[in-house]
Amino acid sequence: MQVEDILNQPIGSKLFLLGNEAMVRGFIEAGVSVATTYPGTPSSEIGNVLHHLAKKADIYFEFSVNEMAAFQIAAAAASTGVRAVTFMKHVGLNVAADALMSSAYIGTRGGFLIISADDPSMFSSQNEQDNRYYAQFAGLPLLEPTSPAEARDMVKYGLKLSEDLELPVILRTTTRVNHVRGIVVLEEIETRPKKGYFNKNPRQFVPIPSFAFHMHPLLLQKLTSARNISETSPLNRLERASLNTDFGLIASGIAYNYVRDAIDKWGLNVDLLKLGFTYPLPLNLIEDFVSTHTNIIIVEELEPLVEKEVRALAQQNNLSSCIRGKYDNTLPRVYEYTPDIVEKILINLINPDKMDNPLFQTPEFKLPNRPPVLCPGCSHRATFYSVKRALQEKGIKDSIFPSDIGCYTLGIQPPYHAADYVLCMGSSVGTAGGFFRATNQKIISFIGDSTFYHAGITPLLNAVHNKHQFLLIILDNFTTAMTGHQPHPGSNIDGMGDEAPRISLENVVKSIGVDWIKIVDPYDLDATSSAIKEALDCQGVKVIISRRACSLLEARNKRKRGSWKKVIINTDICSMCEICIHDFACPAIFKTKDLIQIDASMCDGCGVCINICPVEAMVWEE
Amino acid sequence: MNKNYLAILIAGVGGQGILKAGTLLGEAALLENKKIISTEVHGMAQRGGSVINEIKIGEVQSPLINKGEADIILSFEPAEALRVLDKASPETYLIVNTNPIIPLTVSSGLSTYPDLNLAWKIVRDIYPRLKLINARKIALEAGNSITENVVLLGVLCSVPIFPISTESMMKAIENGFPPKFRELNLKAFNLGLEKGKEGISLL
Ligand code: SF4
Ligand code: SF4
Repeated sequence: MQVEDILNQPIGSKLFLLGNEAMVRGFIEAGVSVATTYPGTPSSEIGNVLHHLAKKADIYFEFSVNEMAAFQIAAAAASTGVRAVTFMKHVGLNVAADALMSSAYIGTRGGFLIISADDPSMFSSQNEQDNRYYAQFAGLPLLEPTSPAEARDMVKYGLKLSEDLELPVILRTTTRVNHVRGIVVLEEIETRPKKGYFNKNPRQFVPIPSFAFHMHPLLLQKLTSARNISETSPLNRLERASLNTDFGLIASGIAYNYVRDAIDKWGLNVDLLKLGFTYPLPLNLIEDFVSTHTNIIIVEELEPLVEKEVRALAQQNNLSSCIRGKYDNTLPRVYEYTPDIVEKILINLINPDKMDNPLFQTPEFKLPNRPPVLCPGCSHRATFYSVKRALQEKGIKDSIFPSDIGCYTLGIQPPYHAADYVLCMGSSVGTAGGFFRATNQKIISFIGDSTFYHAGITPLLNAVHNKHQFLLIILDNFTTAMTGHQPHPGSNIDGMGDEAPRISLENVVKSIGVDWIKIVDPYDLDATSSAIKEALDCQGVKVIISRRACSLLEARNKRKRGSWKKVIINTDICSMCEICIHDFACPAIFKTKDLIQIDASMCDGCGVCINICPVEAMVWEE
Repeated sequence: MNKNYLAILIAGVGGQGILKAGTLLGEAALLENKKIISTEVHGMAQRGGSVINEIKIGEVQSPLINKGEADIILSFEPAEALRVLDKASPETYLIVNTNPIIPLTVSSGLSTYPDLNLAWKIVRDIYPRLKLINARKIALEAGNSITENVVLLGVLCSVPIFPISTESMMKAIENGFPPKFRELNLKAFNLGLEKGKEGISLL
């Protein structure tokens, strides 16, 4: 399959699409005009695909500097009557939350869809917050898909719903929708005007207190209409058992899959209420369901949002059914669900005799951990090495390393231990001030280029103005590496793939008032560590820009060009000091019983190890 | 118990081409109009960490595989095969690339790599359908070590219960690579297939 197939294949074609790709197809089919994002796993591929297709699909797409900007752009675009989407990872919505809350009061004209990609089990995130709360908090309709095909369908449904209600709609996915591949049958593409017109109406669009006062009741009215739509929406549907049953299961979002599979696999005789439109909930539908089943089990991942409402409803209407979920500890409240977890709980409650588990013992092996690591040749590793060396040479042992969100957070691992405190995007800069004011320890903060543009500039400005003192190392590798190499304001290309003005990091830093700035090539270990040493002796805020392209991205180019020069070890010279392993830790270098070796298939040819080896055993291959 | 699908688990290390192998499988299933669903982990986990791809072909909603319910496990790396053994049952076909990728935690002395000869002895006792393949060697024979993933797809194709035809797999490989890499990958696939067929019917 080529990415272009998502746009070009004829109606009716079947494609094997990632949830994220399927949603892009949804944008295309729904005639979306404007799409914005800041990349974040598990939503990143939506942007990557749009980056390829936007122009051909006649969609304006941008990688915004952060989620707040992304949200604002999409909201304003939708207010002119066109369709707009903004998508981000769950914690990204925290960044946009200020705008999100007001957008519920202000409403919209054209369809405005907010996609929040949640990450239960924290595969690539700092928490597993359940963003369905945002729908309740702000007062916005909420949709939860279970598969790539349904995600595509809900993109279209959500945009239409948003127009009908004049309210933004949240489509909440989880990793097991974004990163599931399934079959999607392409449907027709709606042709819509791509340009809107902004009809001024300050009473609708400007929430000054006197206007906002009237907006809140209006929002509640809209939510009542939304509830009526939810009552009869095809996204909430009843799947009846073949025989009458006392057991009624309610499943929301992705949990539906596990419940459905368990029912089919074990032939459980239960009725199932599948909820895809989960705020506002279809309370009449649920009341009917609960009052006709004496045993209700509510299955939803993470927080008991649906459950809480169902319990309140039962209490209000004096329903005596036994309700099971998280409040009574039947189901776990942490981590993503799996068929295993759900199936065991259901069978235990419904049909304990079926548990014929012929559990045999899996042999246990002591296995080495294999955590993700910085790539071979990664410039961050070289920077961390120089930091360590500089601190050693200056005899500093207790410096604090506030870090940030990106590949370089992986510096937390041995031998670098270069991440001591992380809160959120940009926190390396802000927290440095706190450490400076509260301790006498030296502070070296790490932030990536994309994260600096995203959330590092304002706290740096704060630090200069409030006379904090620390060294900030901006790890500039020209890309948003962790999420799959998206461009950012420092790149010369934009979301549409067009040329774009590059915002110079050093100019930004200078203009903020940082006097001490050095730009180094991290592969030059001597220059880098002496810059660090110098910075540690200076007052105020110091910035080192450690600049070198991401080696993973470069490796792709090198592969395309053919082979490249690698480093080999002259084992006759190697003294087995193991400095390259214990102090530098390039994953291409490994130790067998009595030899240090380089895995040629992994070696990036960065050559940094040549300068690390004290006996010159590392040499370029001939 | 009612099971109308085949569950395949691919395990390995980030960067080994596991995602690519999974999509090729999907494309081939699509060519045969088979229902297929899969899930993979992106992001952090791809920087050299343990990676798995869970695939189901047939009538089912979720691609996640229960403990003991994988029909086939295809592991690109030996230790990673041992890591996912809980998904296997004594009926499971276990295909394992014998080429270890030594994690940094081992080189730096924080942990040890398992003694594989011993491991295979224990594993074969419980899971007799174990097949060990030196995919690196076959890939080099085909012309390039980067084809390891396609070699392993070839081996996968030789498993008797594997529901997709060799023709469809080859078609998917042809469509899945730019012209200049087509021949190389087809060769790798066929070599894998041949190697796989040796003795697999006896398992
Ligand atoms: S993707 Fe780039 S920045 Fe990230 S670890 Fe690899 S080389 Fe380093
Ligand atoms: S040149 Fe040395 S440090 Fe660089 S990738 Fe190869 S082995 Fe690792």
